[in-house]
Amino acid sequence: MTLEAIDIGALATIQDSGRIGWRKFGVPTSGAMDSFAYRAANALVGNSPRAAALEIGLGDITFRARRDCVIAVAGAGYQLSVYIWDFPLWSSYYVRAGWTIRLTKLDSGMWAYLALTGGVQTQGRLGSASTNLRAHFGGLDGRQLQTGDVIHAGAPSHALSDLAARTLPESARPVYANNPVLDVIPGPQENFFTDESTATFMSQPYSLSVVSDRMGYRLEGAALTRRDNSELVSEGMTMGAIQVPASGQPIVMMADSPTTGGYPKIGAVASADLPLLAQCTPGRSKIRFRETTVAKAEKKYRELMAGLDGVINSD
Amino acid sequence: MRPRIVPLGDSSALVQMGNEIDLDVNQRVHALEKLIEASDIEGIIETVPSYAALLVHYDPLIFSFSHVKTILQRKISQIRETVKRKRRTIEVPVRYGGEHGADLEAVARHLRLRVEDVIRIHSEKIYTVYMMGFTPGYPYMGKLDGRLVMPRLETPRTRVPTGTVAIAGSQTGIYSVESPGGWNLIGWTPLKLFDPESDSPFLFSPGDEVKFIPV
Repeated sequence: MTLEAIDIGALATIQDSGRIGWRKFGVPTSGAMDSFAYRAANALVGNSPRAAALEIGLGDITFRARRDCVIAVAGAGYQLSVYIWDFPLWSSYYVRAGWTIRLTKLDSGMWAYLALTGGVQTQGRLGSASTNLRAHFGGLDGRQLQTGDVIHAGAPSHALSDLAARTLPESARPVYANNPVLDVIPGPQENFFTDESTATFMSQPYSLSVVSDRMGYRLEGAALTRRDNSELVSEGMTMGAIQVPASGQPIVMMADSPTTGGYPKIGAVASADLPLLAQCTPGRSKIRFRETTVAKAEKKYRELMAGLDGVINSD
Repeated sequence: MRPRIVPLGDSSALVQMGNEIDLDVNQRVHALEKLIEASDIEGIIETVPSYAALLVHYDPLIFSFSHVKTILQRKISQIRETVKRKRRTIEVPVRYGGEHGADLEAVARHLRLRVEDVIRIHSEKIYTVYMMGFTPGYPYMGKLDGRLVMPRLETPRTRVPTGTVAIAGSQTGIYSVESPGGWNLIGWTPLKLFDPESDSPFLFSPGDEVKFIPV
């Protein structure tokens, strides 16, 4: 027993790097919404990149440590306090048994990842610890954390004292923003839309709707019109894909995206920019999109992920 | 149509092999999937077959899109149409009508058929699982007899129970978990389509053949 959830006003679930290999059976990958912050939190506490962690969003949460451990919190939209101190995110901290860990939601930003030395232990389902809330499996019996839940951590990879007080420098972190500009790779049905609509989408701001969730982020703005009304038969989808239903208001598919869909896709958000999108605030953020190429997106993603190697001892 | 390989973002490549619901096209999609699966290429994470396309998910830290495209072009050239795979046929007992087949009578009225004819036509054909999606374990099957083609419901239901057999357009499906749904509900099967606790969590795989047995 490592952490006990003593007060929950948040949507908190166990997530990992995703459920791989079952998409052809219709199983979403799930996993972290902000995969960079999730990976960073694990790296800070010396865990494997796929170790399970807690994803926390929407509200406040408080844990009590039942034994000594090292934690790290990464992401955006939260204030961290441990015992009596306020601490910045993107660093690891030694927590003594009995201390509280409190995450308080700020106005902007969405998701924080709390990693524990040794990783959160659960019985995986279909090869992953990730919680699928809609199909009710994975994580803690397929549900979100409730007050009284106890989180168990595995064995740390190193002595706790070696894993505490590490940080990921600001230069290696995503540049989160309330109103970001995100790179989009056009296709596969970009030619279903009028040139004017494509130009509109790649230049005008879209608001992030309050009905957004882990499955999809809904955008509100200039409606996109089609020149080709031929029906599309369902085909595979992925996180970041931008579907445009009949209303013309785009939806960006997120971590719990269905594996297939039948609406035309005007493009997909570049992987390097998905963390920026994930951390936008529904009802507040205004997002702009700009066209990029696959080659540029690949380069940007490699550069972002290389930053994870930059964890340093902060003292 | 000549297969077309396009990026869906920077970590998936979509191989479009047609744009219709057609068994021959779908069999080519499944054939390509089997070829890729058999090669077991590190960096290709998984593939998702659909009616007329195969989505190939890859690790962008290992592959670039242009590299994946070259691999896929080679695999496409290896598809042999004459080789027919042996398919399994899964029998699915169905209780037509009743509480979980609430639209059966409306379907019959709309199609100007007797209820027993709808049941007979739906259950006499062997269907193919063209693809899976929507929810874990949900099979999209076809093609329905032309006499059973129905539009979707104008207002989707917010909850359709697990195991409900439904039709829409030229397709038939079975709700694999309780979920919202806009298809016409005609029956119910006690078979479990998805069990995350099981070693074989899915009743169906893409490419399977399915026969409904009225009970």
